This record gives sequence, structure tokens and C-alpha cells, in this order.
Amino acid sequence: MARSLLMVSRRAPWSGLGAREALDIVLAGGAYELPVAMLFMDDGVLQLVKGQAPQLLEQKNLGANLQALPLFGIEALFVCGASLAERGLSAEHLALDARIMQASDLAMLFNQYNEVITL
Amino acid sequence: MKFAIAVFSPPYAPATRRALRFTEAALAAGHEIVRVFFYGEGVHNASANLVVPQDEQNIGAQWQALIQAHALDGVVCIAAALRRGVLNTEEATRWARPAANAVATLELSGLGQLHEAVQGADRLMCFGGD
Repeated sequence: MARSLLMVSRRAPWSGLGAREALDIVLAGGAYELPVAMLFMDDGVLQLVKGQAPQLLEQKNLGANLQALPLFGIEALFVCGASLAERGLSAEHLALDARIMQASDLAMLFNQYNEVITL
Repeated sequence: MKFAIAVFSPPYAPATRRALRFTEAALAAGHEIVRVFFYGEGVHNASANLVVPQDEQNIGAQWQALIQAHALDGVVCIAAALRRGVLNTEEATRWARPAANAVATLELSGLGQLHEAVQGADRLMCFGGD
């Protein structure tokens, strides 16, 4: 059985390559049909916010790539509820259907995967 | 135990030194290193052009020497490397750039190599941040 991987993405979409390079690992895993999941945490939750205009920062839209996750077979998508709350965000602000995890559930989530990568 | 090592930090970051010392210790203890994968800012460890003051550690050069001495499978993510100007001869030719700076002992390849390493190892060890 294939070994599973949880990617914890903690970088804002506009703060350098971190968000995009975390997503690239996940999409590559999906392309190989591996059991890969993604947790958005800390500033990483900002990747999910609707109505962004990255072109004003002369950047590509990461959102379009995030929408590709289900197409690559990545359906285990999680977002840290505490990180959302700290930033005044809730489910209605999110452009992607990710399951909101409470802090008490995170340890259980980490334990469900063979490996965890944090970027 | 079989370890896969992922390095996300540049040669001058403490995390990269810790990754190097961990890998040395694992080898010394008889463990197997299935692959060392350099990603993100970690691709700078593949540069042959690092010049460090004589009284400081050249961690990039030490990585390159360790990989060569133990014939380790050292892989640099090609997409992350190209963005950061870390090119081997083949890529410099492909993209018509005037110089190649990646050491020949490290292979430039895709992210599939990271996933393959995860599948082939008992444990993935990630080193990033500070």
C-alpha cells in the first residue's frame, strides 16, 4: 500500500514561492495517484480567500491551480479553524471546499498520515 | 532504517547544517539514505559557486562532498532550480544561458523523485525554515 503524505501549507499566496511550491508537491503526488492531503494553516489559509486580485501584484493567480486539486484526485483538503478565526475569516470567505479542523482535531489529522511536509 | 532527506533551506541556514549532520550521523550509525532531495531555497546547495569566508563552514560544499563520498542519490528539483538560476550544463544549453553552476554529482529532476523517495523510505526527514 502506498505511503500517505500530508502537506501543511503555511505561507500566504503573495509571500514568495512557498505557497506555490507546496501546491506543486501535492499536485505531483496526485499525478502519481498517491494518497496526498493538504492542510492550510497559519498564513496559508489566505490562499483560499475568494476574490483575490494577484495581477495587481504582477503575480499569477494561485487560486486557479488550487481549483485543480480535485481534478488531480486530491480531495482530502483541510483548513485550520483557529488560523481562519485569527484572521477574521470563516467558511463563507473560502473559494475551495476544505474541511475546517479545530485545533483539538489537528493532532489526530497528523497521525493519520505516514509523512508530513510543512512549507 | 531507510531515511529520505528533504532540504528546503539554503546552505547558510541552520536547518541545512542540521540536515547535513543528521545525514552524516545516520550513515555513521549504519542507516540507509535512499535519497537527498533539495527543494525550494534548498536548491542553492547544488551550486558549485558558493564562496564562503575561510573561517566559516561551506555547508553546500560539504553536502556535495558527502553525496559524492557515499555515492548518495542526490536530486535537485528542476523547476525550483531553474527559477533560482541553478542550472547544469544541459539546462544552460537548453535555455541558452551563459553558464552552468550546478555540480555534476547532483541530478536535476522532477518532484516525482520526492514522492518516490517517500514511498521507498521508512521515514522522511524534512529540514526547512531557520
